[in-house]
Amino acid sequence: MSRMGNRAAIGRENRPVLARRARLIDPLRGLDFVGDILAGDGEILAAQTVVEGVPDGCVVIDAAGLVACPGFIDLHAHLREPGYEYKETIASGAAAAARGGFTTLCCMPNTDPPIDSESVVEFVLKRAREAGPVRILPVGCVTRGRMGRELADLEELAAAGAVAFSDDGDPVQDANLMRMALAYSTDLGRPVSNHCQDVHLSGEGVMAEGAVATRLGLPGIPTAAEDAMIARDIALAEATGGRLHLAHLSTSGSVPLLRRAKELGLNVSAEVCPHHLTITDDWALGGQGGEGRSELAYDTSTKVYPPLRSRVDVEALVEALADGTIDCIATDHAPHDRASKEVTYQDAAFGISVLETALGSALQLVHGGLISLPALVGRLTVGPARVLGPGYAALASLAPGTPADIVLFDPEREWTVDVGRFASKGRNTPLDGVRLRGCALAVIADGEMVYLSEELGAANAE
Amino acid sequence: MALREILDSSALGSDSLPLRRHLLDLDDYSREELGATLEAAHGMAEVLGRDIKKTPALRGRVIVTLFYEASTRTRISFEEAGKVLSADVINMSASGSSADKGESLLNTGLTLQAMGVDTLVVRHPHSGAPNFLARNLERVSVVNAGDGLHAHPTQALLDLYTVRARLGGQGDNGIEGRKLVIVGDVLHSRVARSNIWGFARMGARVVLCGPPTLMPPDFAGGKAAGDGRGGLASMVEVDTDLDRAVEGADIVMALRLQSERQRGGFLPSIREYIRRWQVNDARLARARPGALVMHPGPMNEGVEISTDLAHGSRSAIEEQVTAGVAVRMAVLYQLNAGERA
Repeated sequence: MSRMGNRAAIGRENRPVLARRARLIDPLRGLDFVGDILAGDGEILAAQTVVEGVPDGCVVIDAAGLVACPGFIDLHAHLREPGYEYKETIASGAAAAARGGFTTLCCMPNTDPPIDSESVVEFVLKRAREAGPVRILPVGCVTRGRMGRELADLEELAAAGAVAFSDDGDPVQDANLMRMALAYSTDLGRPVSNHCQDVHLSGEGVMAEGAVATRLGLPGIPTAAEDAMIARDIALAEATGGRLHLAHLSTSGSVPLLRRAKELGLNVSAEVCPHHLTITDDWALGGQGGEGRSELAYDTSTKVYPPLRSRVDVEALVEALADGTIDCIATDHAPHDRASKEVTYQDAAFGISVLETALGSALQLVHGGLISLPALVGRLTVGPARVLGPGYAALASLAPGTPADIVLFDPEREWTVDVGRFASKGRNTPLDGVRLRGCALAVIADGEMVYLSEELGAANAE
Repeated sequence: MALREILDSSALGSDSLPLRRHLLDLDDYSREELGATLEAAHGMAEVLGRDIKKTPALRGRVIVTLFYEASTRTRISFEEAGKVLSADVINMSASGSSADKGESLLNTGLTLQAMGVDTLVVRHPHSGAPNFLARNLERVSVVNAGDGLHAHPTQALLDLYTVRARLGGQGDNGIEGRKLVIVGDVLHSRVARSNIWGFARMGARVVLCGPPTLMPPDFAGGKAAGDGRGGLASMVEVDTDLDRAVEGADIVMALRLQSERQRGGFLPSIREYIRRWQVNDARLARARPGALVMHPGPMNEGVEISTDLAHGSRSAIEEQVTAGVAVRMAVLYQLNAGERA
């Protein structure tokens, strides 16, 4: 298991946990039944209809009505460390992850310095060990310094612990360099993830091209900026046999391109973000999708890359997620400090703080009858695990002997998003004050209880 | 007649209209409020026609014009409007101010609010900058004097006023049922956007004409994300053929063509633009007799509009400028005449 995580034996209290009468969803094995789950010593010890006997010192949780499943895996989070610790640190990001039900996070390399060398990978892993048991898996740069000119030392990065390569935040604009990255990495067992956006087409754009951008007088980003580069990258994956992972899809046009690539048997996978599945560009008008006063327009918390798009795009992405064309949900958690967002829309930084709202947002699809609960859990667990590779499959299972990464969530509990209570330093979300249905109540990472909601803690007090 | 009576007769201060604190765009103006504002501006024009152009309506009020972009007519026009109403008007340019030292727009706004400024007249290159200030300043009225590509509401009001004065008559506001053709770079024009709201709401037929590359993509029939609360496209028609578009027009409004549009790849050449989209005598012959020619200024004579036409009898361009002061007086009066008065 060493390559899956960064956990060092640093002597935390690690009591066994038994959750009784939960709905157990094991996406890897395709199981879905009501039963008990027992974890201890960093492993799942049992997951069955009834677990007899309670080990000494065990924390027992009455989980009736709750779902127990493998901890969620996020392929795409910006933890800002090193370099932007005023926006987020690995520790605050890990805490936010735990609140949201995530026990594994892949952190993007657009830090300062960027994660383009062994030493920065090691720094990130050291900070991750200090932060606790949430698994932080660094993503290395595709190009040196994220400059888009020459390949980073990809094998060095992989050997140090980088699980994928990406210049996220910036696309690999040079088609030949992208080709080289895909070809060179074929024997490294790691995907190359691209932020698909033709910068000549996106230009100075700050939101989706369309009626809302026209009304607000904001430069638009056409869907073609994304579709054109996805088509290019799929052609390059076909030419090289490389492993391509498409980051944060936002357009309806991406779906048929991805579907065709999969039909051809290419090694292509894709992710989609909760916000692109649930909210649209008209949120920039203020009023969170409803009628807004003019003063509320230009809500900079809606500014994100790729941009929020139309209802047509949202519907196509939801359908593709449900039918499995899109492999997984990733957050693109992009925390920012206040000053980066308390400016004009054009000056504002791109990004949304997503980790703590991802589950509640994604469950809207289940409540709306658009995807089944087990399928959604799969897109948060086994989907991303498969993108990382066969060595990570055990993270998506509740089978005895697999790592004790478990989330207990209540799919029905209603709550109001309050950025003042975020564990993330990033309070930048358009969902502040919005009612969501469904949230994590207890999260176990590597056998350790990293989050226990007050109510569940109180209900099960000894 | 005293100013108070003039304004009372305009219904601007009456209970039938909502109390307005900010003027950000015309998109939240009803037809009634537009009409009342034009009526109030008519009263203000009477004040401007007096020997002594001064009335104490806003004595004791402080107005700051905060301009992050160069401007002559809009700024002077606001300044004159405020001074005729006896407000204290302070002009502030971004260059040479604390903005040059990196002070944020928010902090500049908070600083001015702390000094007791009543009204902030803002011009900014970024769309939505006035909305941003309005959202964050609790004790200041914000007037949009032009923001990015978004809106220039007092320009649209003065255009409406000018048309009403020239084409209106007894029981006819001069706008309803008329055909307005806006020609040129609509994509980058805040004047066009505000005029679409204003003229469409007053019942005019709005036709846009210009290069397809300078039309908003959702107007031109491309794959537009059109399910949001956008709404501008449904208020206009687009015709790229100027000869055809001008047919039967009552008002032809030429927009300024920035020379950088050619360098930006939007146009093959200025020469070809002139050939296809210049508003000139030959083209105006297809419009209704007595049709008006307008331009928000500053003009590139010989490019988007011919010199002869710009200074000819059909041109309302100077009247637009004159109307600007009266309209801005009406706006400043309305925003300051609320419960704080």
